[in-house]
Amino acid sequence: MPVFLNEDSRIIVQGMTGAEGRKHTARMLAAGSDVVGGVTPGKGGQVVEIGGRTLPVFTAVGEAMDATGADVTVVFVPPKFAKGAVVEAIDAGIGLAVVITEGIPVHDTASFWAHACATGNTTRIIGPNCPGVISPGKSNAGIIPADITGPGRIGLVSKSGTLTYQLMYELRDIGFSTAVGIGGDPIIGTTHIDALAAFEADPQTELIVMIGEIGGDAEERAAAFVKENVTKPVIGYVAGFTAPEGKTMGHAGAIVSGSSGTAQAKKEALEAAGVKVGKTPSETAELARVSLGQLVS
Amino acid sequence: MDLYEYQAKDLFAAHGVPVGPGQRVVADASAAGTAAAEFGVPVVVKAQVKVGGRGKAGGVRVAGDPADATAKAQAILGLDIKGHTVRRVLVTPASKIVEEYYFSFLLDRANRTFLAMASAEGGMEIEQLAVERPEALAKVPVDPNEGVDLVKAKEILTAGGFPEAVLDRAAEVVVRLWAAFVAEDATLVEVNPLVRDPRDEIIALDGKVTLDDNASFRHPGHADLVDTEAEDPLEAAAKAKGLNYVKLDGQVGIIGNGAGLVMSTLDVVAYAGEEFGGVRPANFLDIGGGASAEVMANGLEIILGDSDVKSVFVNVFGGITACDAVANGIVQAFQLLGSVTKPVVVRLDGNNAAEGRRILDAAALPGLEQVETMDYAARKAAELASKGA
Repeated sequence: MPVFLNEDSRIIVQGMTGAEGRKHTARMLAAGSDVVGGVTPGKGGQVVEIGGRTLPVFTAVGEAMDATGADVTVVFVPPKFAKGAVVEAIDAGIGLAVVITEGIPVHDTASFWAHACATGNTTRIIGPNCPGVISPGKSNAGIIPADITGPGRIGLVSKSGTLTYQLMYELRDIGFSTAVGIGGDPIIGTTHIDALAAFEADPQTELIVMIGEIGGDAEERAAAFVKENVTKPVIGYVAGFTAPEGKTMGHAGAIVSGSSGTAQAKKEALEAAGVKVGKTPSETAELARVSLGQLVS
Repeated sequence: MDLYEYQAKDLFAAHGVPVGPGQRVVADASAAGTAAAEFGVPVVVKAQVKVGGRGKAGGVRVAGDPADATAKAQAILGLDIKGHTVRRVLVTPASKIVEEYYFSFLLDRANRTFLAMASAEGGMEIEQLAVERPEALAKVPVDPNEGVDLVKAKEILTAGGFPEAVLDRAAEVVVRLWAAFVAEDATLVEVNPLVRDPRDEIIALDGKVTLDDNASFRHPGHADLVDTEAEDPLEAAAKAKGLNYVKLDGQVGIIGNGAGLVMSTLDVVAYAGEEFGGVRPANFLDIGGGASAEVMANGLEIILGDSDVKSVFVNVFGGITACDAVANGIVQAFQLLGSVTKPVVVRLDGNNAAEGRRILDAAALPGLEQVETMDYAARKAAELASKGA
């Protein structure tokens, strides 16, 4: 059984009628996801032809849920309107909101996160600024390429999209239960810890690959969580050893501030918690293979 | 984006936070003397650099007369403070200080909310206070949707040990600082010291502000706060082309897609470089998901224009981006650039990688070499850089 997303997930796309929304709705459908409609304010009542399917467009998330039974929303709404879209999804009580949008002001994310907490966290938020979540062979909510690999025994959680793809590719012969891209913003909804807890509880997942990067202390806290709560083997990778202090490296949250948020500190914290940490993505894949008893010589 | 002190105080003033009787930023020493004559003495002459510890480095000095202000400015201008060269000083009338406090609002990543920090023991470096007297530094979470009113402000200040006599005035200032924090999309607003003067007025004598670059779409005025003179010329050129580029100090130029993969590429090149005389990555450049020919050409142009670069490593994992499109982009980039004289190592993997590799093979671009894995490609690029050095 995968985590967060399975073959029964019914997906709506907020911003489906935009270029990105349309493109990725087609890709999700091609991957076998059950996309049941879209939400675009002002375009309710229309239908769109995407990937051979006729999908209804709704004005509001609640309306779309009532009509389709959707329990997952994927948000492609531009930064300016993203906060409103996520708040609407939370208020509608949808189970999972995957926020792909990059470039949301952190005051907006802080606001919708506080709103989610204040209303009882009924909506799991993944992202923002993330590639989404894929349970290969079952469903794909977001922009992770579905053809890299198939279902298998590894659970993966990562701040980075392309490193997620890279590791899925390196371990494509083993396959994945679920890969979760949690995003590289300073405030994100689902954390490494949330994903680790879900993978620990998931019978299909035998090993967890955890990818981190500079900035914040999420990896350090995840390390403490692993030490206390995770019995499955965890293999880690951290990017950004060569990043200079005070420079944002692509992701809004990827910044070493003073002596905090360094890759070295994260690696040391993970290793102290018994997590084997690869020096490169390929060494990380190799450590996962060794741990699974599948080392190919 | 971090602001200079004078920019932070201008921004405070615009939101009604008292910042004292006046300030002037000058780039030459004699203008500091003129400012001192106009303000009346004594004045404080303060280095404008985006780094802490100015005082210890000799970057903050009191001047007793205009000639002295000129001399002090002379001494401060050009100073190197932790790698930052002082190009401007702030001249401001010296304030009479009864007490010094500390106050800030900031983004609390770990708790995914905002945080107010307050202490009646201001003046020293906050990191030092947090270590030596943690009980004197109050940390109070602020709900982004509830904000800070006078009641909340007093709660924070009381927790920080502010004296009863200044609570009302300080709370007004705190509410205005919160307004500035929200209205300007700041991730940090720090005042150290926040002072009490002999009339019990509360004044922000210093200011440190970080603005959220993601929010620039709703703050057209923030672009004017960028210090273009202090920017690295390559970074400025890359920014003008919309590229996500950071200049580093090595010899291997890097282009990749996705922030995480590019950071990883820098690390792998640095490891590989240990074998080749310590060559290191020359830059971070994330061309993102699109990777069109134009973006690739722009990226290559910036990197090849860096005289430190001895070799280039293009590392792409095709996720959404198809590698054949990237390969076509590289071919067109070579055409657009005319001649490419530095060796270029390319690693393509993922979506349509076989077709991408075929396109590059067929194009037989001079100096371009394909290597199948990231680790070997990094090694090759490092080796080529060490030979070209």
